[in-house]
This record gives sequence, C-alpha cells and structure tokens, in this order.
Amino acid sequence: MSYDGTFRVWRGDAGGGDLQTFTVEVNEGEVVLDIVHRLQATQAGDLAVRWNCKAGKCGSCSAEINGRPRLMCMTRMGTFAEDETVTVTPLRTFPVIRDLVTDVSYNYEKAAQIPAFTPRAREADGSHRMQQVDVERSQEFRKCIECFLCQDTCHVIRDHEENKAVFAGPRFLIRLAELDMHPLDDVDRRSVAQDEFGLGYCNITKCCSEVCPEGIHLTDNGIIPLKERVVDRRYDPLTWLGSKIRRRRAED
Amino acid sequence: MELERHEYDVVVVGAGGAGLRAAIEAHERGARTAVVCKSLLGKAHTVMAEGGIAAAMANLYPEDNWRVHFRDTMRGGKMLNHWRMAQLHAQEAPDRVRELEDWGALFDRTPDGLISQRDFGGHRYARLAHVGDRTGLELIRTLQQRTVALGIDVYMECTVTRLLTDENGVTGAFGYWRESGRFVAWSAPSVVLATGGIGKSYKVTSNSWEYTGDGHSLALQAGATLVNMEFVQFHPTGMVWPPSVRGILVTESVRGDGGILKNSAGNRFMFDYIPDFFRKETAETEDEADRWYEDKKNNRRPPELLPRDEVARAINSEVKAGRGTPHGGVFLDIASRRTPEYIRKRLPSMYHQFKELAEVDITAEAMEVGPTCHYVMGGVEVDPDSEAARVPGLFAAGEVAGGMHGSNRLGGNSLSDLLVFGRRAGLAAAEHAAGHPDRAPLPDDALADAARAALAPFEREGGENPYTVQHDLQQTMHDLVGIIRTEAEMEQALARIAALKERVANLSVEGHRQYNPGWHLALDLPHMLLVSECIAKAALERQESRGGHTRDDFPGPVPEWGKTNLICSRAPDGSVALTRQPLPEMPADLAEVFEEVPA
Repeated sequence: MSYDGTFRVWRGDAGGGDLQTFTVEVNEGEVVLDIVHRLQATQAGDLAVRWNCKAGKCGSCSAEINGRPRLMCMTRMGTFAEDETVTVTPLRTFPVIRDLVTDVSYNYEKAAQIPAFTPRAREADGSHRMQQVDVERSQEFRKCIECFLCQDTCHVIRDHEENKAVFAGPRFLIRLAELDMHPLDDVDRRSVAQDEFGLGYCNITKCCSEVCPEGIHLTDNGIIPLKERVVDRRYDPLTWLGSKIRRRRAED
Repeated sequence: MELERHEYDVVVVGAGGAGLRAAIEAHERGARTAVVCKSLLGKAHTVMAEGGIAAAMANLYPEDNWRVHFRDTMRGGKMLNHWRMAQLHAQEAPDRVRELEDWGALFDRTPDGLISQRDFGGHRYARLAHVGDRTGLELIRTLQQRTVALGIDVYMECTVTRLLTDENGVTGAFGYWRESGRFVAWSAPSVVLATGGIGKSYKVTSNSWEYTGDGHSLALQAGATLVNMEFVQFHPTGMVWPPSVRGILVTESVRGDGGILKNSAGNRFMFDYIPDFFRKETAETEDEADRWYEDKKNNRRPPELLPRDEVARAINSEVKAGRGTPHGGVFLDIASRRTPEYIRKRLPSMYHQFKELAEVDITAEAMEVGPTCHYVMGGVEVDPDSEAARVPGLFAAGEVAGGMHGSNRLGGNSLSDLLVFGRRAGLAAAEHAAGHPDRAPLPDDALADAARAALAPFEREGGENPYTVQHDLQQTMHDLVGIIRTEAEMEQALARIAALKERVANLSVEGHRQYNPGWHLALDLPHMLLVSECIAKAALERQESRGGHTRDDFPGPVPEWGKTNLICSRAPDGSVALTRQPLPEMPADLAEVFEEVPA
C-alpha cells in the first residue's frame, strides 16, 4: 500500500527560492497535506505551510499542486500515479513570505473596504422573518471558506499587480453579491461594486468557479447577476425610481 | 532587545467564536480592544463546528424554554456543571443567536420564516439553530465581519507565549509574530483568554493544530486555577478510514436527522446501552424511536441521541467485543433511512467530506465511524457572571473556561457557550479596564526572560526534533489517558510525561525565526505537556466514572464525587497541585426543575 513518491516543493522567501526534490513515503488514502507534514517531521522541520482543520472547512492550506490551485488537505495522493512527480508551489497571485506561505493581506484589506451589512429593523415580536428560498441565494456565497483560490486563479490580478488597487477579486465580488441578495440588508452597493471594487474588470471566464472547493457558482450566480443589477441601476431610470420607492416603503 | 509594543484596555487572545464575541462587546463598551490570534482571521477552530447553536427559542416547539434547556444541560453533564453558568447559558442563548442575524448571519428557516432548529443528542426538543451542517463557518464569518466593520485591531498569525502580571494582577501579554519571529508585547489591564481546547495532545482528534492547551497553560502559569481537567469529550463519531483522516468529525446532525448506529452484525446496538439515568426519556423499541422524529409528544428519544459520553463508550465496547467494522469503527447509516435529496440538503459538508476523502457516498452506503478526541470540559475556573479567573484582570471564555458543561457537554451547547460567555467576558474585561486607569509598566526583566525562553530552542544544537516529541505525547495520551482509564495506566502516563518534559527542555530546531513551524511547535509543546499532566493527575484522583471520565477500576458514579470539583493550581515548586473543592450548591428554585416530570 505504501510507496516512495517524488515531491518537489518550492522553498524560499521574498528574496527568491527554488524547487527542492524529496523522496517521501506515501500511504493509502493520504492527501498532499499529509505528505507535507511528513516532510516537516522527517526531512525539513522548518518547511513553512499554513493549515488548520485538514478537512476542507477552513481554507488555510491553499497552494498550487502541479500548477493547479487546490487545497492540500482535499487533494488525494490517489489522484496521481505512483511514479508521477507532485509539485507544490505557493499561490502565485500573492507575495511569498516563506516556502508555501504567502502574504494574503490584499484580501483582508479588500474585505475591510466593503460597506458593512446594514439590516432593516426587526419585526414587532423581535424576530426577522425570511423564507428559505430567499436566504438560499446568499447562503450559497456564505459557504465561502476564504481559501482565496479564486483570487489566485483570476487572470485580472494573477499577473497584474497593478490591478489589485482597483479590483477586489471574485471572492469579494460574491461578497457584494451576497449582501446585495441578502433579504435583510438595506444598503445599495451597486455603484461601489462598479466604481470601487472593479466589477467591470471581470470578463466572466469562470476560472474562479472552476477552482472553488465549495462548488460555489461565483460567476453564474453571483457576478453576472450583480453586473445585471448594476446595468439596471445605471441605465434604467424606472428601475432606479422603483428602488427608491420600495425603500421608502420599507422604512414606513 | 527589539520589541514591538502596544497599549490597550482589553487584549483578547484567540479569534474563535468566544474571542471575537468578547472583542465585539469590549469594543462596544468603549474599551480599546485588540484580538491576537495564531492563525489568519476566520480560520479558528469554531469554523469546524457543524451541527448548530443550542438555544431554547421555541421556534418549532412552543413547549421549549430556558428551564428545559438548563435541565438537559445539567443532566447531560451528570449534574457536575456550575449551575449558575448553565442557567445564564440557557437564559441568554436565544438573544445571542438573534443578534447574529442583525450582524448578517443567515440561518436555515422554518416554514414560518423563523430560524429553523434541529434535533441533537440530549436535547429534549429540536433546539439547534443551524445552517446546513456548516453552522460554525456561519458563526465565525458573521463575527469576523462584525469585528472588521467595527474596526477592531486584529493581530493575525501572532502567538502569545506569556501572560505578564504583577502583584495586582494582569499587566499584559508577550508573544511573537509567526511570519517574522519578531517579538511583540501588549500592555493591558484586562486579558481575555479564548484559546479553545487541548485536543492536539491526543493522537486521534477532531481538533486543529491550534488546540495545544496554551490558554489553559498560560492561565495556570499566571496563577489562575483549572477546574475538572479530567473530563475530556470523545465525540462518538469521527471518521476512521482512511488512516490519514482518522478523527475528522462526523456531525451529530447525522443522527439528529435520522441516522442510526449499527454493528457488524447489523444490530442497532444503542438499545443495549441505555443507562438507568436516561431510561425514562429514551425509546424502548426501534418503532418508538423512529416515530419520535415526527411526534415528540408521544414518543421518546432514540438511544442514538443519548449524550455523547454514553454513545462513545457504547461504540468503544462494541468494537472491543469484536463487533466492529473492518477498520475498527461501527456503521453510521442514514442512507437507508432518508432520501438522497434530504441527505444532500441537510448534510452537504458530510456528503462532500466522505465523497472526497473516503470515496464513500453517504446517500448510498453507511459511514464507518469511531470515537475521536473532541472537546475538554475542564478549563480555567471562572466567576460565572463575569468569567473572571482568580488573577485580577484575567478572564476566560469558551472551551478554555471550565464549569459550564460539567462532566460532559451536549452537542450544540458549545457555540452558544462561546456567544453567551464571550459577551460576558468582554463586558467584564472592559469594566475592569475602566476601573484601572493607571497602567503598570511592563518590567524589562520579565520581557527579556520571555524572549530568552522563546529563543532557547535555537541555542541548543543536536537535540531532538519537536515533531518526534509531539508524536510520543499524542501516543501516550491516546494509549493511557483515553476513553477508558485505569490507575496503573495513568501512573505510567505521568511517568512518561515527566520524561517528555526533559526531552522538550533539550530539543532543538533547525532554520531561522521566519515562519518556522518547527520552532512554533517547540514553543507549543510545554503547554501541551502541562495540560496533559493536569488531565492525567485529575483523572487519577477522581475514583469514579462520570461523563467524559471513565475508570475501568471504578466503573460507576460515586455520590460524594458528584459534589466535588477538582482544582489544578501551580505549586510554588512549579509542579501541578490538586485540591478538592465542594460543588456550589444550586438554589432551591432551580433544583425544582429536576423534580419536574420530563415534559
């Protein structure tokens, strides 16, 4: 059941680095993160890697495995041939700190810029009433585990550092979509989505949806509907007027 | 010494549910507040909670109220809970859930549009507010987004290695940035520990690497006390196959939503393990158990939904008796009981987890499950109303605090615990800071000593590698201080822990200070060993079986022990001292709850 596999892991820091080759034991049912842990315990005690839950729930162990953005804890070794070299490199879109750990602060900065959730008042009995069908649209986006694989794969920022200032990336476009579809939220974020978070930069190639480990349909269910709503607001005066009237009613 | 310094009113250590809720409250009470966490924001262990938040909101069962929840909690903990914590928890949990909605949380709904509630072990009524089986993610994301919206300072990937104190109490904390290895000190009159649990000292666990017991250890070293550390919860259902995923949690919701446990002979064995304590409220036949899901008035709860300690012991016994599955677990079957659509809708993460990691389709076949170290009931001894520890200015909330869950925690009561007591700790910490406007300076010698201790592993050469020592500790706790315990084994464990301490004092790490996991582990190990020693010592002392502490040599509960808490403190020579302390007496109006016939 066990075999010796060949692993190439990028090691280095902001100043540079290279791929180092390791021969390492692989056992039945193991995932790439198990192998990285074995390297730490037996061959490279200071190999830097982020991880937490090892169950696909926290989104910490993102990396590029044979060039594809993946969670290391959810990539089974069984998906590779025994004689296949497995190459693990850090996320390319973010600056390297050390080895497989990158500086993901870009994401936290974008998150802090998003206008906060602002709920309507509770009902007289102190509750909020919402129908399941209405919460499900936003719930899909709230499944996001913030692994930032969508950010990593997005070509708008992957090799274009200059776009990071004006483009929030798919993770935060669906955050905007989530708030836009949230049954309780009272803020209109359509203008900022376009003007401050760069919605227009996305040309819906759907690469983000393909790498999402949670299977979120970022483009189809989040970004495209958000683009449509922005267009409604910008070019349809009746829709604009309607939104004002509806809001006034809600405040009554 | 190069040292980054900061000043705050309240420093919260840990950014899980309790830490973030404490920080939000402290901030809203006007305290300058910082959160310090070992991982990135939003990755704390709370994210792995699946089933839901227990709160007697009565959205589905109008009969439910805080007294019923209080009763369930106390009985689940075999009456060793601090009654006042259990009371506050049951009373305040509904409001804590409702306010999450004001911060953006989107729970699943009832047909009336209210927050849906699901069945769980030990709870009389469907009581867990939930989002599919990813409630912890919803909780942490909601609190994370609220924290960010309020502009609270967060020190991410930053580890606290010491609490700083003087003769009047807490003065601050010392730690290092994981990224750079550089040191940082916070001066603050109030520190809230919200560091979670201890599971990483065990080989098979549902816990993440962060669960090293550092908060327990920091508190003890600062002069605080720990209560009832012998009570460790083994969740009955962790994955058992393949080996690399052994221990990963399989949510209790599988059973709450209709799943049953079977042995290799196909028998629904839990009917053979109903203890007298719960017999009156547990179904006698499979038919009755199956009817309960739809009609709770005329039927009693299935034995699969007994409290976790009972189910974990039963599974352990079945496997030991040779009726286990090929990989040493039992079968958890929901495939034959619910439609694939229902299963995928209610348990999407479980479906995904088994499909991806074990190549098992849970809508078509049974899962293999077995006990996994999940939670520590023991923790920092705190005042129930303020979460204040015995050191002035030190507070603890969430899993790191003790008392709330007695000898065994009910599922769903953890997320509500985080919210109720996180808020109370934040409030009390802010008040304490407001009452201490004069800030004590951090003494240079204490800071220099903390820095020296942190760098020691780099000074030594040719020592052992920290991963080997961690592995040996995990094996020791797994083999000798696990679900079933005996005096001889625990004495052996204590001897091994003493030997491991010497090995830790001599280990060395390779590389340099920048993001070096080997060094980080070397600094975590002393905490893990200290907490393991507390667990083993307390477990050796308590000569009875109760909740999450089962002694093969003392198989039943002992009434006298039912009135006794075990307190760990640090003796003057640095060793762990153990004292017995009477359980606080419950007032008569609450004691009445247990006279009432279960509704």
